[in-house]
Amino acid sequence: MQTNPLGHNVDLAERAYRIRRNALLMGEVQGQGYIGQALDIADVLATAYFHAMRYRPEDPEWEGRDRFLLSNGHYAIALYAALIEAGIVPEEELETYGSDGSRLPMSGMAAYTPGMEMSGGSLGLGLSIGVGMCLGLKRKGSPSRVYTLFSDGELDEGSVWEAIMSAAHWKLDNLIGIIDVNNQQADGPSTQVMAFEPLVDKLQAFGWFVQRVDGNDIEAVRAAFDAARDHAEPKPRMIVCDTRMGRGVPFLEAREKNHFIRVDEHEWQMALEALEAGRTA
Amino acid sequence: MTSTTNTNVDTNEGASPKPRLKTSAMIASIAAEGQRTKPAPFGHALAELAESRPEIVGMTADLGKYTDLHVFAKAHPDRYYQMGMAEQLLMGAAAGMAHEGFVPFATTYAVFASRRAYDFIHQTIAEENLNVKLACALPGLTSGYGPSHQAAEDLALFRAMPNMTVLDPCDALDTEQMVPAMVAHQGPVYMRLLRGHVPLVLDEYGYRFELGKAKMLRDGTDVLVISSGIMTMRALEVAKSLEADKVDVAVLHVPTIKPLDAETILRESARTGRMVVVAENHTVIGGLGEAVAGLLLRSGVAPKFRHIGLPDEFLLAGALPTLHDRYGISAEAVSASIKGWL
Repeated sequence: MQTNPLGHNVDLAERAYRIRRNALLMGEVQGQGYIGQALDIADVLATAYFHAMRYRPEDPEWEGRDRFLLSNGHYAIALYAALIEAGIVPEEELETYGSDGSRLPMSGMAAYTPGMEMSGGSLGLGLSIGVGMCLGLKRKGSPSRVYTLFSDGELDEGSVWEAIMSAAHWKLDNLIGIIDVNNQQADGPSTQVMAFEPLVDKLQAFGWFVQRVDGNDIEAVRAAFDAARDHAEPKPRMIVCDTRMGRGVPFLEAREKNHFIRVDEHEWQMALEALEAGRTA
Repeated sequence: MTSTTNTNVDTNEGASPKPRLKTSAMIASIAAEGQRTKPAPFGHALAELAESRPEIVGMTADLGKYTDLHVFAKAHPDRYYQMGMAEQLLMGAAAGMAHEGFVPFATTYAVFASRRAYDFIHQTIAEENLNVKLACALPGLTSGYGPSHQAAEDLALFRAMPNMTVLDPCDALDTEQMVPAMVAHQGPVYMRLLRGHVPLVLDEYGYRFELGKAKMLRDGTDVLVISSGIMTMRALEVAKSLEADKVDVAVLHVPTIKPLDAETILRESARTGRMVVVAENHTVIGGLGEAVAGLLLRSGVAPKFRHIGLPDEFLLAGALPTLHDRYGISAEAVSASIKGWL
């Protein structure tokens, strides 16, 4: 397998489609799950795993890899979908998702899953770990980068801002934060639970190189990952991704309460068909 | 009380025959006047060990000077990470460092580690059994600053955390010997840190710290005091003073709260005729006392059992000697309790 997926940038949209499909198939195993988030973040994950990051699928702990921290552990289904597509987790394990004894538990845990770098679940942890990893990588003289995905809801957690301030202080140009702004958290729209805008202004004021893109425009996401990597200033980098819950499956996108989606049995096939229709459209 | 906010001052001004307790040392120094001490044993031991262990890094949350980590920072400035007054970040970042193969010593006050950053230690460090060493100052009642700084519950909290090793040193010798043992141990360790001019007492007892081992410091036929931390220092004083009353006190020092040295504690507690007194600088809930009591009950060992510890209440601010008397953990108070129970 490739050690540098940069050369395999043939069709990120197809990768994103397959990540969404993997997530739907896993969701079907349990009949429910954080499907809305998996669908919304698939374009970002496709770009991370099939354009930006260096890793060896057969050796997930390869020292030279770029690290990917899933701070929002409930997005595990999305990351599993990407890890399966990347060949880090065997495709056969897809049907074990969330089952007793599976390596793919409902919430992401480092000890369970190859390629899972941290245990999430409790929110607002990832960026702090990322700061420590980046400091450690710099100590070792390693060129590896740490990508840390977290959600707009996690901005409510004070620890996220502790890490944001610290990363700029330490000039962590090897830290790339990705915020999934889908404006949906447990109690409702994130902006109503706790106002967090203007996000770009805030992050810039904290000393970060910030880009804001449509997280479901895969070309825009790819360009943002490139710019984050190539930026010259000694600053941490943030990519704010505006995404849509349920992206790719119109009837799920339309659902109002889509933080945790229950999908009726007959709807899974409909969802897969809708996704397929979007792929060929 | 008067309206003064400076609660370490004896408010009975003029009338008291006792000298006024007013220096900052009375708020945060556990050394008695004239007691032999060593400066910053943790900082010096860590700086020395780091000479041969390049993977050791020091991290703190704006308390480098107050956790003796400044000694390490001076010796190894390129390995010192000031994370600001942000304990959650400190713990997460220490986890990240450990992920990359380093052995971070993260320091703050025991209150902030145990209360403020508990979830971060639980999730980012302990759950993955990472090699992070926590050295946390002002454990139990070693500050007269009030409940914000008195970590009366830290042992209960960290005992309850899976994978966590929990250490409670008695003095400077214990503290400096714990440092290499912490590094030799694979996994997270919480050490109650004694900082500043730390009393030195265990050198007179041929003591050597071994992780997981309780140590008999002196034998005695009437009372067995099982103690950790600074209460071992108090127990040794009490044992000496009770000699005059023909009370023969044994002292078993338990610097490793978890994992507990069950074998030694059971063997010594099972010796007939001795009252067992557990003494700890911690709330009576969930610390060494309840750990020992549970062990004895589960094992069918049933000596006469007494427990000295801090009450289940928010403690007052004031001068440490006054507070130690008030809450029954000064040498005089312990001595009086034991005599009352005999």
